[in-house]
Amino acid sequence: MSRHQLDARRLLCPMPVIRTQDRIAELVRGDILEVHATDPGALNDIGAWCRINGHRVLEARDDAGEILMVLEVGGD
Amino acid sequence: MSAPRKALALISGGLDSLLAARVVQEQGIHVEGVNFYTGFCVEGHTHAIRKQDRAKPKRNNALWVAEQLGIKLHIVDIVDEYKDIVLNPKHGYGANMNPCLDCKIFMVHKAQEWIDKHGFDFIITGEVIGQRPMSQRKDTMPVVADESGAGDRLLRPLCARNLPETLPEREGWVDRDRLYDFSGRGRKPQMALAAQFGFEDYAAPAGGCCFLTDENYSHKLADLWQARGERRYELDDIMLLKVGRHLRPRPYFKMIISREEGESRFLEGYRRQFRHLRTISHMGPLALIDGSRFDEADVALAARLLARFSQGRTAPEVEVEYVDETGMARTFNVAPMSPAEIPKDWYL
Repeated sequence: MSRHQLDARRLLCPMPVIRTQDRIAELVRGDILEVHATDPGALNDIGAWCRINGHRVLEARDDAGEILMVLEVGGD
Repeated sequence: MSAPRKALALISGGLDSLLAARVVQEQGIHVEGVNFYTGFCVEGHTHAIRKQDRAKPKRNNALWVAEQLGIKLHIVDIVDEYKDIVLNPKHGYGANMNPCLDCKIFMVHKAQEWIDKHGFDFIITGEVIGQRPMSQRKDTMPVVADESGAGDRLLRPLCARNLPETLPEREGWVDRDRLYDFSGRGRKPQMALAAQFGFEDYAAPAGGCCFLTDENYSHKLADLWQARGERRYELDDIMLLKVGRHLRPRPYFKMIISREEGESRFLEGYRRQFRHLRTISHMGPLALIDGSRFDEADVALAARLLARFSQGRTAPEVEVEYVDETGMARTFNVAPMSPAEIPKDWYL
């Protein structure tokens, strides 16, 4: 298991989701990905994308517009 | 028992693609979804920018549809490849800058590439004959199948019974009798089917999902090309067309003026790329200057125009800061322009 970071700040949805999707495709089950974003839609969209693709959201928070999502890679 | 056949559904986030995918799922087919991001998608952007919209619940409708269906959704960035469709549509534009037929052909072609790569059997779309004036007509639907390369692997479950049999029907992967014969612009059959499946709270039926169908947006895009003397764009260009007031006081420059705090914050991200102005003495917007040249008279003109949109619009003078292309800032006072001094044709 390894920990990775993704900077998706200043990107508008769905780009943070696309970047997350593409990054997770390079990772293996159990890896952790920290996604930093600023589009408030990312909280819902990345969460929904994780649910339908079998990944877990370990943490999701919005600190005055700075969004952090910690994801655990699951799925196939 | 053999593995189920697999289909890739084009998911826009609207009702038709939701229903089309569910109709095929009901027949035991494994369905996954694909959603193409062109940069012109209405969804997401402007309501992520404007402060007044930030408090509203947000959802990406394509993801919502995938959750309702319980399917995987693959979101594909086609921004760069899509430029050629917008700039050189073989079949021309619709009422505005919308190249709907070329767009559908391109997306089905990309879906065909995807199913070839991933070992899927056929493609599903939510198209309905007569639903859209350009891409969903009886005479253009075969064009989409032919020119995309999908041929008879393209199944339109909502109107399949009005069309020739496709491969999934001929091979018995799906039962043609359990597909539909919808046609026309009416939405009642789709709404009835949605109710039958228990879908509620779906996105506005057949809602416009592309800025290129919008007259005002298309006008701004045409203005951008006219001013540049060439037809090209980058993602930042088409994002900025969605934000703020756009005014062109001179043929060689235009101003993008924020309308509220969220837009100001968004435009601030572009400050290093553009000359810009802001009001200092009064609350007011941020303006980016997009132009090939911008001389001293233009600075004064733009500052007076900006002051008109600030809270100092009725004050005798407003202090404005101008930052030039080198990042050098200076401040000065101007008299705000009166509404009568702003010709209507400056507004894009």
